[in-house]
Amino acid sequence: MNSIITYFKGLFIGIKSLLFGMSVTWKELWTKKVTQQYPENRKTLVISDRFRCELTMPHDINNEHACTACGICQMNCPNGTINVLSAMIETEDGKKKKILDTYTWDMGMCTFCNLCVITCPSDAISFNNQFENAVFTRSKLVQTLNHKGSKLREKKKEVKPQSVPVVEDKLTSSKEQMIEPLVETKISTPSDKSIKNPKDNTTEN
Amino acid sequence: MLQPLELTNLLSWLDTTLRDSMPVFWVLLIEFVLVAVALLAAYAILAIILIYAERKITAFFQARFGPNRVGIYGILQSIADVIKILLKEIIRINNVDRFLFFAAPFFMIVASMLTFGAIPFGKMLHAIDFNIGVLYVTAVSSLGIIGVLLAGWSSNNKYSMIGAMRSGAQFVSYELSAGFALMTIVVLTGTMSFSEMIAKQEFCWNIFNGHISSIIAFVIYLISGHAETNRGPFDLPEAESELTAGYHTEYSGLQFGFFYLAEYLNMFIIASIATTVFLGGWMPIQIPGLDGFNQVMWYIPSYAWFFGKTGVLIFLSLWVRWSFPRLRIDQLLNLEWKYLLPINLVNILIMVILVLAGLTLTDLFPVLAP
Repeated sequence: MNSIITYFKGLFIGIKSLLFGMSVTWKELWTKKVTQQYPENRKTLVISDRFRCELTMPHDINNEHACTACGICQMNCPNGTINVLSAMIETEDGKKKKILDTYTWDMGMCTFCNLCVITCPSDAISFNNQFENAVFTRSKLVQTLNHKGSKLREKKKEVKPQSVPVVEDKLTSSKEQMIEPLVETKISTPSDKSIKNPKDNTTEN
Repeated sequence: MLQPLELTNLLSWLDTTLRDSMPVFWVLLIEFVLVAVALLAAYAILAIILIYAERKITAFFQARFGPNRVGIYGILQSIADVIKILLKEIIRINNVDRFLFFAAPFFMIVASMLTFGAIPFGKMLHAIDFNIGVLYVTAVSSLGIIGVLLAGWSSNNKYSMIGAMRSGAQFVSYELSAGFALMTIVVLTGTMSFSEMIAKQEFCWNIFNGHISSIIAFVIYLISGHAETNRGPFDLPEAESELTAGYHTEYSGLQFGFFYLAEYLNMFIIASIATTVFLGGWMPIQIPGLDGFNQVMWYIPSYAWFFGKTGVLIFLSLWVRWSFPRLRIDQLLNLEWKYLLPINLVNILIMVILVLAGLTLTDLFPVLAP
């Protein structure tokens, strides 16, 4: 008797679950199509802000950037992708100063790990969302990031009390950006050491 | 009833003009050739339409667009695929049983062609009207399994062999259920001829006529028909994750095309038999007494009714296919031997009682009888 009950119970539970499954797929039939038809939808295409495509050095309207040519990005790059060439100049008041000459970045070598952007002390570089980067020769992947005739943005001499909160905001926001990528970078640090030698060579240059 | 779009006038005009101008032998010869050409053309065109419809509906079930590059909405996609498959090389495989290997696709295609001839597509669009139509269709469509087994055996490949054996076990089991489900309706209508069956369903489809019993038989026929076509959750003879492609692993080009074609047409044949037996075939929806309504329904030609009903059933089979995961071989045989077959046997008994006790809808409401 018990087995008969289980037989019919199993039968009806089975039918119920099959019908439930069919109702799920019926709803799925009318959902919006998720396919992105890429070349046609370029205008409406949404790329996530955190997607890292191309390393850029933002310049302001005076053709000034924030890079002090400290080379920290170059040292932190696990692949030796970045090459910072600096030049020594003499300022008006007779001091010697290191300024940026050319900042080259080889996209073909880059793993887009974001370490350079995180470690940059002056927030001079960032990744943008320009993802259509296919070129015909490998040499075109090597880009010079600083514009022609650009120079270092002069630091404001005195930080006014009003502007302090703004600076703090910047700091906190940059910290927020840092928190998540830093966790990711922990994984890539061991490989960092193994490639140390070629990197040291490049810094000597 | 006015039937402006029917092909009956055209066909009878053709017949009489031919008979007026030449002896009967030549008339019959010409008509046979015409019917054969029409059936073959319909076979190919239906396959193309089915492949397109399946790809499109499948895509919609998966929230994709499906083919949409070749032609507007991709309607030329399957034509392009047909051209591609015709141009492909038929690869000669070493160490196969050559004769059986080449014969196997023809068994498949011939079996489904033979069944195709006995299907009533519309009023007078019925190539052969056997008085034992149901028996003929059941018998002939089972021949396809010989093609599958030959293909698996002659390929000299373990995947093909396993696929063919699974297919054999599956087909033999489910053929039984499909046969019994059709038998239930034969008990109800008292005839095995498709044309008489359709005539009896003028006002009350068989699925309603035998109420409980008919609906159970209909569901069982759809399940077992689905299993016979090796599709949907029952596609373990060609389970690609386990057997690469099952029994047609070694086939290429047009030979593979034959298997592919036969698979799609078998789906159509199962749906069209279910339409004819359960859903009134090409008969339009009619309500006794409402002559105006009936006239409007007759304006829609009978072949449109047939293909519409069949299309609904094909959509149902695709819906099932993309809803359920593939069964394991023991689950498959469990379903047949422990559930479908006993239920089916009880179902026939219930149908016999319904018919003998006069509890079918046409018995209870004589106005529904044709």
